[in-house]
Amino acid sequence: MATTEKNVLEVTVAAQSDEERLPIEQRLEAELRKDLLRFSTAGSVDDGKSTLIGRLLYDSHNVYDDHIKSVTRNAAIDFAQLTDGLRAEREQGITIDVAYRYFSTPKRKFIIADTPGHEQYTRNMATGASTADVAIVLVDARKGILNQTRRHACIASLLGIPIVIAAINKMDLVEFSPEVFKQHSDSLQALARQLEIPRLIPVPVSALDGDNVVHRSTRMPFYDGPSILELLETLPLAIERTQATFRLPVQRVIRPHQDFRGFAGQITAGAVHPGDEILALPSGRRSRVKSITTWEGELARAHAPQSVVVSLEDEIDLSRGDMIAAIEAPPRKTTRFEATVVWMHSKPLRVGATYLLKHASQTVKATVVELRSRIDVEHLAENSAAQLGLNDIGQVVIETSRPLLADLYRESRATGSLILIDAVDNGTAGAGMIRQIQEASEDHKRAIAGLLKVGDRPFLAGQLEQTLLVTGALVLRTRFAGTSQLLNLVRVGAFIISESDELAPIAFLRADSLSGKPYEISADFEFARPEEFLAEIERIASLPTGEDDNDNGLGI
Amino acid sequence: MTATAAIEPDSASNGHLSASSAADISRDRLNHIQLLEAESIHIFREVVSEFQNPVMLYSIGKDSSVMLRLAQKAFHPGPIPFPLLHVDTGYKFREMLEFRDRYTAELGLKLIVWRNEEALANGANPIKLGTQRCCGLLKTQALLDGLRSQGFDAAFGGARRDEEKSRAKERIFSFRDGAGQWDPKNQRPELWSLFNGKIGPGESIRVFPLSNWTELDIWHYIHLENIPIVPLYFAKPRKMLVRADSLIPLEQPFIQGLPGEEQLVKCRLRSLGCSPCTGAIRSDADTVPKIIEELMEVRNSERANRIIDHDQDGSMEIKKREGYF
Repeated sequence: MATTEKNVLEVTVAAQSDEERLPIEQRLEAELRKDLLRFSTAGSVDDGKSTLIGRLLYDSHNVYDDHIKSVTRNAAIDFAQLTDGLRAEREQGITIDVAYRYFSTPKRKFIIADTPGHEQYTRNMATGASTADVAIVLVDARKGILNQTRRHACIASLLGIPIVIAAINKMDLVEFSPEVFKQHSDSLQALARQLEIPRLIPVPVSALDGDNVVHRSTRMPFYDGPSILELLETLPLAIERTQATFRLPVQRVIRPHQDFRGFAGQITAGAVHPGDEILALPSGRRSRVKSITTWEGELARAHAPQSVVVSLEDEIDLSRGDMIAAIEAPPRKTTRFEATVVWMHSKPLRVGATYLLKHASQTVKATVVELRSRIDVEHLAENSAAQLGLNDIGQVVIETSRPLLADLYRESRATGSLILIDAVDNGTAGAGMIRQIQEASEDHKRAIAGLLKVGDRPFLAGQLEQTLLVTGALVLRTRFAGTSQLLNLVRVGAFIISESDELAPIAFLRADSLSGKPYEISADFEFARPEEFLAEIERIASLPTGEDDNDNGLGI
Repeated sequence: MTATAAIEPDSASNGHLSASSAADISRDRLNHIQLLEAESIHIFREVVSEFQNPVMLYSIGKDSSVMLRLAQKAFHPGPIPFPLLHVDTGYKFREMLEFRDRYTAELGLKLIVWRNEEALANGANPIKLGTQRCCGLLKTQALLDGLRSQGFDAAFGGARRDEEKSRAKERIFSFRDGAGQWDPKNQRPELWSLFNGKIGPGESIRVFPLSNWTELDIWHYIHLENIPIVPLYFAKPRKMLVRADSLIPLEQPFIQGLPGEEQLVKCRLRSLGCSPCTGAIRSDADTVPKIIEELMEVRNSERANRIIDHDQDGSMEIKKREGYF
């Protein structure tokens, strides 16, 4: 046994010194070729998770000498202490929470979201899993699948982690039995099918001795697959699996001078080029990309997940919370959808409660209108429930005050995810993954209210009146000029088209326009189709008060 | 159509490969530096859009230099839309202050310098008070007063999660109560890149756009982007007090050299703090690539030479709870 380990060690040392002999320029270039994989691990103190991570870091030469020294007792390294000193932290009363760790190998950089198993398990695990490309689930070879294994796999599945590595640990304690490994592998694969996890990879491991962690084990000839590190170095990143076409949620309008107006954001899916035709949402107006600006210069192409500034050919009213998207398969506009929610607040989620909801770059008011079920993550069952408590997961239906531009979570994490914020204490109360979308269609359109001053444009006034009446709005067409009296009618739900003899700019006032300051609407809408005009009015009607380009989008 | 990234050459970086053009974009895969950059820019834009009055805590160190470059990129072609706040303990290295004034003026940024003059007048220093108490007065108290002075509701800090154990569990948007304090037991969960920026009156958020960067990433970026940094980071022969394994800067006024202790040593600082509490390391690394090479082989962690982290177990967590960043 000792000989084998010695050989492994020598190979590593040789490989390392090869790398070190390279001139620094070449090593820097090699650094630049590395991408970044995020993975999550979760488990309780006894399942060997800390030991596994410790091994992973130590055997891949990612631990500093002063750290090794601080956890070495009687010439033996305590691998579990190496990573998080979880026990020590507990004894000292220091907080245990999701902890992020960083390491790299010649092939890749890694971020580990390391979540403890006992406190706030669901909350922490969901947090760690939300950005992970891969999850490592630990299974004790002596025990097989336990409740916590199911819980862990279920959360990984709900949070959309496409690949799960099942580390079947402590193989040394079952005499490296191929039968035990096969038995656990089979039941884990069955679990993966049940949870619709696209890919589960079982690996037999002894974390304490390092078998199949970084180096392949010579003690388990029945397994000829890669070690855990080899898997981590080669598995695809989650974003490469995103199906959606181009989407850019507008974070901010950048307007340093009169001649530049760019929409800043991080591309969540797809790619874009100057000249591409795009949709501005929620208005639905079309335009073309004029330029993609970055600090380095203009780009001929940009793709997810780059942060860029996009300028458009046309003067389109777009602000924070809106989205620029591909014409092909754009996101859906919705005010009612079904989501899986992980509850993280001590005050339970109840039907009828209103929260703030943040989705992409906008924050809206949201009401939970239905609680369909609570998911039992240990028995993988759905039960009816009156509320969701801390660390519960459930299926809910949510309605929002203004439309989201959303995708299903399984199609796109970035535009399919949301958080719910408690309106009283501002805490993050829940995390949601959109499962089903009810698109905002004409039938469900809520009648809008407002005062529209069209001046001397009888044709436009007539067309709008007709279009609005079809939607069921209460429409009044008048030449009465008293704005404050008309706004009183708006406050009880009327849509008023006010005409005059002047060809003044078209202006729109909402019921909350206490200052009497109207929103001006650009004159080119006069010639657009009435549906487009109405879409613009609806957009303004749903804007938060005090709106400007970079409004915080809170609407309150 | 070819899939090259930049139409215009990057004039600003003097022929250096810039992080966003060096990629093999044809594969639509960003390297780790580009991913971190895109994430940090996203964070900067979220904060400036959601808060009324943000500020950047500028510590003059390498991480602050990287933050400034990322902020430039986030709002380009516009200017950086917030001021910088430097908490000056009164014990910073002379070269740091010179660099601070020169570089911020060059970038045309508004710089606010805040000192706890009262404590300094009373002779606050780490020898007299101990490092915990000294940091509490000259750093934490000054920081909280500086933030309160202008009602800043969001403050960017350059802390990284790989620096220290309690920072490993820090959020990117880190909520602080009315007294500026951190409650690690009651942190807001942070999922995806959906940051919760909602706060009540008097409350604030510390924001850490470099959370996911490692020390090596920072240096790599400084190299790629040709970012100016304080010369103390580069090795050159400096007069030091040599005591056992420690290289103590002469600039600190508290420790007097014994005969023979004052020596000319080729050394550099790995992280910049206050002169009484920051040791130098022996090094030949006088260029950024050499520093990176040294880091790739170094066997000790970054803050090993920061006395303040080692006062007692978990000392950073205790300081952070009180409002340190």
